[in-house]
Amino acid sequence: MSRDLHSQTLTELAAGLERGDFSSVELTEDLLGRIDSHDAALNAFVTVTAERALAAAKSSDEARAAGNAGVLNGLPLVHKDIFCTRDVLTTCGSRMLENFISPYDATVVGKLAGAGAVVLGKTNMDEFAMGSSNETSYFGPVKNPWDLDCSPGGSSGGSAAAVAARLAPAGTGTDTGGSIRQPAALTGTVGLKPTYGRVSRYGMIAFASSLDQAGVITRSSADAALLLGVMAGFDERDSTSIDHPVPDYTAALSGSIKGLRVGVVRQHFDDGLDEKTGAAVHEALAVLEANGAKLTEVDMPNLDLSVPTYYVVAPAECSSNLSRFDGVRFGHRAENPEDLLDLYCRSRGEGFGAEVKRRIMTGTYVLSAGYYDAYYLKAQQVRHLIADDFHKAFENVDVIAGPTSPTPAFKLGDKTDDPITMYLNDIYTIGANLAGLPGMSTPCGFVDGLPVGLHLVAPHWGEETLLRCAHQYEQLTDWHKACPEDFS
Amino acid sequence: MSSAWEVVIGLEIHAQLATSSKIFSGASTAYGAEPNTQACLVDLGYPGVLPVLNEEVVRMATMFGLAVNATVATRSVFARKNYFYPDLPKGYQISQFELPIVEHGELFITDADGNEKRIGITRAHLEEDAGKSVHEGFEQSSGIDLNRTGTPLLEIVSEPDLRSAKEAIAYMRKIHTIVRYLGISDGNMQEGSFRCDANVSVRPRGQEELGTRAELKNLNSFRFIEKAINFEIERQIELIEDGGEVVQETRLYDSDKDETRSMRSKEEANDYRYFPDPDLLPVEIDAAYIEAVRETLPELPAAKQQRFVADYGLREDDAGILVAVRAFADFFEDVVASTQGKAQGVANFVIGDLAGALNRDGLDIEQSPVSAAALAALLDRIRDNTISGKIAKEVFEAMWAGEGTADEIIEAKGLRQITDSSAIEAIVDKVIEANPGQVAEYKAGKDKLIGFFVGQVMKETGGKANPGQVNQILKQKLG
Amino acid sequence: MSLDKDQVQHIAMLARLKLADDEFAETVDKLSRIVDFVDQLSQADTGDVVPMAHPLNQAQRLRADAVTETVDRDHFQENAPSVEGGFYLVPKVIE
Repeated sequence: MSRDLHSQTLTELAAGLERGDFSSVELTEDLLGRIDSHDAALNAFVTVTAERALAAAKSSDEARAAGNAGVLNGLPLVHKDIFCTRDVLTTCGSRMLENFISPYDATVVGKLAGAGAVVLGKTNMDEFAMGSSNETSYFGPVKNPWDLDCSPGGSSGGSAAAVAARLAPAGTGTDTGGSIRQPAALTGTVGLKPTYGRVSRYGMIAFASSLDQAGVITRSSADAALLLGVMAGFDERDSTSIDHPVPDYTAALSGSIKGLRVGVVRQHFDDGLDEKTGAAVHEALAVLEANGAKLTEVDMPNLDLSVPTYYVVAPAECSSNLSRFDGVRFGHRAENPEDLLDLYCRSRGEGFGAEVKRRIMTGTYVLSAGYYDAYYLKAQQVRHLIADDFHKAFENVDVIAGPTSPTPAFKLGDKTDDPITMYLNDIYTIGANLAGLPGMSTPCGFVDGLPVGLHLVAPHWGEETLLRCAHQYEQLTDWHKACPEDFS
Repeated sequence: MSSAWEVVIGLEIHAQLATSSKIFSGASTAYGAEPNTQACLVDLGYPGVLPVLNEEVVRMATMFGLAVNATVATRSVFARKNYFYPDLPKGYQISQFELPIVEHGELFITDADGNEKRIGITRAHLEEDAGKSVHEGFEQSSGIDLNRTGTPLLEIVSEPDLRSAKEAIAYMRKIHTIVRYLGISDGNMQEGSFRCDANVSVRPRGQEELGTRAELKNLNSFRFIEKAINFEIERQIELIEDGGEVVQETRLYDSDKDETRSMRSKEEANDYRYFPDPDLLPVEIDAAYIEAVRETLPELPAAKQQRFVADYGLREDDAGILVAVRAFADFFEDVVASTQGKAQGVANFVIGDLAGALNRDGLDIEQSPVSAAALAALLDRIRDNTISGKIAKEVFEAMWAGEGTADEIIEAKGLRQITDSSAIEAIVDKVIEANPGQVAEYKAGKDKLIGFFVGQVMKETGGKANPGQVNQILKQKLG
Repeated sequence: MSLDKDQVQHIAMLARLKLADDEFAETVDKLSRIVDFVDQLSQADTGDVVPMAHPLNQAQRLRADAVTETVDRDHFQENAPSVEGGFYLVPKVIE
């Protein structure tokens, strides 16, 4: 009976709603039903906002009837629980915010709602966005729909799993070191992190301020383009948001890739990369080449310093960003504090999980007296070198392509013993954050039944190039259409 | 204090900038609101909020920099100063560290020997104020009011060039006057919009190396600062002379006991872990901006004082009193412009009677019930002999009480001066006749008795005889 | 470079984090590994390279000085663990 609404992409659903094939209420009910049946296995959701969703769906159907349909009218999506949603629980995957009802909406949330989107719920994530496997969440790990023993990646694991499992056609995410792109790759979905400053950070709970960007996880580039068009734009509430014109991203999709200069990084294809994953990526590059793209080797001599650089800069910024969680105005507060010091130390000690505490302490250390120059300042210098490597490469290529992740999804629990092993998952994605460049992952194959992703990075404001390249690739392949068996 | 010791003092002044909204948010900065009713989400440090810089604070800091001959940085950077305290919601204060907006300024004070002395201003930087803690009235707790959080501050740091409490006060007064002149701060110490910390140390005279310094806090009046510094100097000297060592620490001034004492020691010395705030971008202003601000600078106190002496022929110290408050100086000039009388006469009246009435009633010059024009009219009546200077004081008080213009009051109370020579002569004759004894003593050489005769004539005339004429006629008649 | 217990204790205090006894040893170990890992940066030849605080070369935007926020104190304080008379309460601070 169901018209397989859940299998349709956002773009397809938009057309269907437009034609009147179904209503937003029907669509929303369908997806809420699926969430009800399937999420127990995945744990992708922290909060399902069923009532609100249905009310919003109803309003959007009425608006459509009245001729007032916004661009996303009636389209359901999910928000990573890092975005403040007014009067709705916003936990950031943490015990610290377990009961936090945000009094305001993030700018991104407002923009999407303003365009008519229907929010199905808030998705699970690594605590305070710190993680690459969605195993640090206070609310339990998220499972990968392709293999429930495996991680979906992180930190936007909940949104990725929800989209891959067809519980929602799209979800928002945030990406500081790869937290949209890596879970997208591991779940066979499309993940886009825009240029730093493209999308407002106001209302997005801060992890590392100079690296964080909001983005989307979808099942096609066309969907990503549709959402980015609504989310992008200057926000006067965010000093780091840039006043750069928002182009028609959907129009950019259909450009040709003939003559597109694709850079392949020499340093990517080394021992750290799983062989089969590498092979799948090479295949993808071959497809691009066969369709007119020109592959060139590029050199990124400082690439292997990107992970240590990130693990100085990001913890430094987050150690300061998370100081506001002190049990005084909101958030977890320890019971019966003896004195002020006890209030702080126990509220924070209890409210934060181990990984968050480790990063706060790493950050505190690298900023502390005597260490600032050797670590923080040094890291910011290396960051500059890495950004320069990219700029130099972009003198000769339009986009840099490679693997998103060194391996497909790994088993839950596999990498939790050694933090460094986990950190190295981000080796390919981190550079784009350090340099503020837009990056995207699109599915490009399977390795032992698990998806792998093709990673694309473009110069600043090059989202159109990314979308065009990914979209054309999607026309030539079917990877992005694959659905995990248990969720079809 | 023994001259074997030299005192070294540096001052850190926090001036609240008089903007309508906060430095990083659009919440109001108005004083005295109900607790936490002016703390918006940005001020409260809620998850996800971000700071946006108020343009007015940049302008105000630039004005200050220009007024003290400093370098205004074309590029300055906000940095986070990280520490935990309940009145600091984000767990860090947004301040400026390595690249402040103003550096290398100076101003001049007069030292103990009456010589002009240059005091260096190391830097002035922008930062946000913290909230307030209330320790009474809550069971076992302190109450935190974050209204003040985010109010813009300009922190002004002097070089350690001050050598006594008096010099410190003189410097502080100058800064106080400047910020008020520029209209960038109301300098209200009671309300906390002008705060001062003093770094005090001593060293044996002739030694180059600085002694260990103590930082004095909680100094909220000029008087207390002077006492606190002097107490601290004594304390340090005594301590060293007794064989002890000065500890680098923060000390609070207790005005009841007139002593400084060590603040409760913290377990750890603060490591503020300064780093550039990633939520804010570098503040960039160009030479054109700075010049445009320079065009708007008002005449500053020192220049105004010199002009008053040169153009109005005022005494140096009178000019100094007039320029201490810009509005006061402006009032004075308005009166001068509206009257025929001499500027020194205006100055005397303004500094004397007008200032006296303002102080008595606790009013600022802007609230004076007597306008500059009205006062000028009164002074004209002295000049044209309608009333005497003494009667003018009476008229002034009536004007202050709202009884009308000078002319109206003079008419209503019949205060016109008697200037008719024959009328005065007649009364002088009468007085001379009535006091033969004093006349004889006067003629015998007791010159001071002239005052007695004048007084008698005034008594007869209800004070309305022109004193000058009275004196002249008396002397004529008495010989 | 490994961190010792005292250093970790000091860092935890600066960050106001209470670590449970059983967490402590593991924290020292993992933090040491992280610090070891980031120590690689010392090898980098950075010379006079300007530290990059922001990925995009832009200047701070200035906002007009106007009151634009109305504060709904009661709404905001719904999330507060302990308030009285509009004040946020903390254990008594002695200055």
